[in-house]
Amino acid sequence: MAQPLSFQRMILTLHDYWAEKGCVILQPYDMRMGAGTFHPATTLRALGPEPWNAAFVQPCRRPTDGRYGENPNRLQHYYQYQVILKPSPSDLQNLYLGSLAAIGIDFTKHDIRFVEDDWESPTLGAWGLGWEVWCDGMEVTQFTYFQQMGGFDCKPVAGELTYGLERLAMYIQNVDSVYDLAFNDQGVSYGDVFLENEKQMSKYNFEVADTETLFEGFRKAVAECENCLANNVPIAAYEQAIEASHLFNLLQARGVISVAERQAYIGRVRDLAKGSCEAWIQHMTPTWQAKYPEWTV
Amino acid sequence: MSAQIDGTPNTGASTEDFLLELRSEEIPARMQEKARADLAALFEARLNALNLPFASIESYATPRRLALIVRGVAAMTAAASEERKGPRADAPAQAIEGFLRSTGLSREQLVERDDGKGNKVLFAVIDRPGIVAGSVLASAITSAITAFPWPKSMRWGAASSSTESLRWVRPLQGIIALLGDKLVPVEIAGVKSASVTVGHRFHHPGGITIGSAADYIEKLRACHVIVDGAERRNIIALGAKMAAQKAGLTLIEDEGLLYENAGLTEWPMPLLGRFDEAFLDVPPEVIQLTARVNQKYFVCRDAAGKLANAFVCVANIDAADGGEKIVEGNQKVLAARLSDARFFYETDLKTRLEDLTPKLEKIVFHEKLGTVADKVDRVAKLARWLVESNIVTPAKAGVSGDGAGQEPHEIPASAGMTELADMAERAARLAKADLVTGMVGEFPELQGLMGGYYAAAQGEPAAVAEAIRDHYKPVGQGDDVPTAPVTVAVSLADKLDTIAGFFLIGEMPTGSRDPFALRRASLAVIRTIEEAGLRLALNSAVVEATKLHARNYGTRLAVIRQAVASKAARAIASTPQQQQEIEAAIVSSPSFRPSEEDESIAVFVSAAAETPPNVLDFFADRLKVQQKEAGVRHDLIDAVFALGGEDDLVRLLARVKALQSFVTSEDGRNLLAGYKRAANILKKESWAPGEVADNEIYEAEPAEAALREALDAAEPKAEAAVEAEDYEAAMAALASLRAPIDKFFDDVTVVDPDEFKREMRLGLLARIRDAVNNVADFSKIEG
Repeated sequence: MAQPLSFQRMILTLHDYWAEKGCVILQPYDMRMGAGTFHPATTLRALGPEPWNAAFVQPCRRPTDGRYGENPNRLQHYYQYQVILKPSPSDLQNLYLGSLAAIGIDFTKHDIRFVEDDWESPTLGAWGLGWEVWCDGMEVTQFTYFQQMGGFDCKPVAGELTYGLERLAMYIQNVDSVYDLAFNDQGVSYGDVFLENEKQMSKYNFEVADTETLFEGFRKAVAECENCLANNVPIAAYEQAIEASHLFNLLQARGVISVAERQAYIGRVRDLAKGSCEAWIQHMTPTWQAKYPEWTV
Repeated sequence: MSAQIDGTPNTGASTEDFLLELRSEEIPARMQEKARADLAALFEARLNALNLPFASIESYATPRRLALIVRGVAAMTAAASEERKGPRADAPAQAIEGFLRSTGLSREQLVERDDGKGNKVLFAVIDRPGIVAGSVLASAITSAITAFPWPKSMRWGAASSSTESLRWVRPLQGIIALLGDKLVPVEIAGVKSASVTVGHRFHHPGGITIGSAADYIEKLRACHVIVDGAERRNIIALGAKMAAQKAGLTLIEDEGLLYENAGLTEWPMPLLGRFDEAFLDVPPEVIQLTARVNQKYFVCRDAAGKLANAFVCVANIDAADGGEKIVEGNQKVLAARLSDARFFYETDLKTRLEDLTPKLEKIVFHEKLGTVADKVDRVAKLARWLVESNIVTPAKAGVSGDGAGQEPHEIPASAGMTELADMAERAARLAKADLVTGMVGEFPELQGLMGGYYAAAQGEPAAVAEAIRDHYKPVGQGDDVPTAPVTVAVSLADKLDTIAGFFLIGEMPTGSRDPFALRRASLAVIRTIEEAGLRLALNSAVVEATKLHARNYGTRLAVIRQAVASKAARAIASTPQQQQEIEAAIVSSPSFRPSEEDESIAVFVSAAAETPPNVLDFFADRLKVQQKEAGVRHDLIDAVFALGGEDDLVRLLARVKALQSFVTSEDGRNLLAGYKRAANILKKESWAPGEVADNEIYEAEPAEAALREALDAAEPKAEAAVEAEDYEAAMAALASLRAPIDKFFDDVTVVDPDEFKREMRLGLLARIRDAVNNVADFSKIEG
């Protein structure tokens, strides 16, 4: 292998690859969220009959995973590369493997395996079957065929690929710490870009965030979600569900949610997400049925 | 090995082999073995139902395919001819028409025959020609695929616009169906059968044309696919062993990992990798578990038998560089996992277990039974009680050796009860602390074990650390039963607390539902008591556990009342002074009760003082099941249980044992027969002890007098023996009655016309019955 790809070159290569395959290349959603799956381009677009092919980078916030920049593998903010293809193409595995080859993985020297890993998101009321993809024993991608979203059957089923970009880059560049990754080819490292951010944000998440404000924010997000639902703007309602979910994660990091309360909070967020999905389906059904008369919920 | 099913041997002329391959995206490893067996079974059932003879069926699974070969398939199903008798030829037209409808024939096709009485009767002769094997197989394929019992299945692709679309474990991509060298045409969910498949995903991604069942396995082998899972497992077992040997190490064999890796590979290549020796500071169980669960690696032992800094991973490719990069990559992943584990371990070691226990207040054990901290408090008290009540003593447990699989740390004989009680309480108080350590958070299956390590590291006495480690034992049927006294006390207390608690709140197991694993817990209690020979009145122990629940509940209730009152007071009051006054007023008000608790209060108050009787019945049932499995006759257990009031398991089992050897002896069998005869006569005569004038004297017959004497001698002996828990002696005393009873029945007429004589003799029979029943209820014994 020649010079391994820098972090940003890897992203650009994936963009080129999936654009070539007909995907819409989106920019990150401008909200804090725990996983790329929360992006409306995944969650809402996984519902309904219309074909949809998109690829995008989504920054993910996992407050409890923060390690003050001291752990070489764990971050409270990192990137996922998401590809969503609906309906799932019949050669999805090969398309995916093509993307690995594009970023420089040599299948004659590396061991790629599809290891059972069924995906479930209790907060989204969603599940699917698929695998975690291993490269030499390391999980590099979550590969899922969505079966349900927001409690509704996916008709048709979408295939979702979620690449852990930092891990994949560490692998390709052969470095042991995420902070040592070459972000570009001009000497800027991942640490130069994000180390200080990790330190400060870990401190904020674990120690500083004002819990009363967070509780208040959660309540407001819930109320606003209901307000949006009442006024038939499901996308706006769903944004409030995303917000509530993230505030819940922050409250968890602050250690102020007891084990007993945890389930109740998750249930609350799930209700918002499901409510938004349901409203989205109701709102879109006339449009969908105009184009796809066969389609029903 | 492939699933082998023998079908009806086909004696007909030419037969052919049938090959089916169902190719899909990667099938979860854990499902492959069952899927293979299911496929064979579905075909067998289908072919038998359709009457297509075949010789045998074998089936295979790899990550990407299920395959089936049916050997010796007949060319056709057997032709059949059926005759049906109809109405007479001169029957009314209506009747004949009805017969034609039911047979689907026309009048001309019917045959007329003489019925021997001069009448012409109509007959329908229906020929069912044989069906060619190809179409039978095509229908079998379709029904097998649509009815396949995958534990989890999915929809995919454009067809999934309908939820009615085909479900398969992962997208189905290809079907090979060949009978001999001929294609069996089928089409399912858009997939048409063909003779082309693919080889190994990376070694041979192109198409391979299969000629017939005969070349399937070898053609795929040439394309880097080992079709037979058993062969892949052998390759892995042998390769892993050799890799370890080459490094001077011994592989720790692991059947589960063999299956799992064989289910993840079509061309398995075991490779040895290393990890930094420094990680060996982490407990070996943790390393092994990390390697196994997260990475599916085998681990190795060094010459001294200690865990070595090496692992064997199984790649699915014969790499161009001999696997160098693959090993490098896997080493890196394991190193990251192990540093996580070491981080948890080292972080955990910084906190003493007692400092973790406050966190247990935040973990709900069960909403009606409080938090884990509540449980710990109850268990600690119960463990102490078990020692202070002289149930678990330094002498009684621990001397019997290595029940827990490792040397128990015996309490020196000089150690007093107080010391043992202190240790038991200490161990119980720390036993659950590891639930909130990082390591157990990551690997819940290490609960107990990690607590043991952390306790030893913080300088707890060895007996305490060991009790923390082993207090969950015995977990399953084959698991070691603890015998060290501190461990026994904590283990018993933990399980009794769980059982008593769930019975108290009405959560007892029903049918197959046992969500809190109470059956397992009670079996563990029984085995522990038995193994350690503990003299324990189960009833009093359950009563004690129940009382502790009640007391603990009272405390919790007070806390809840205080919290609710305080919240209410804060809302009403405008000054701190006022708030305090209001709070006190609310708490002391008799009418104030936090609502949700009302019902439970009644339950607790009524139940706390006495044992719910069903707990003992529950134990009795478990004991019967357990003893039955150990080969003890259930009627004998019933016979002893029927005496009632026995809750000392050791005594109960000694009695059952003595009874078992007695009733299988000749004396025992005869005595049982005599007993039954006596009991039957008493029943038939509806005999009840009556007023017998003792001044009336008659001359007893010799056999009668002899029996009376024998009873006079045996009764006190049996009674004394039972008292002394010497059940063999009690049985021996009963055995002495056998000859006099037999003689009595031979020589004496019980139901004598003389009412007085009859009464006296029935009285004798009653003495026999009662003497025997004092040892065990013989009426429950079969035979």
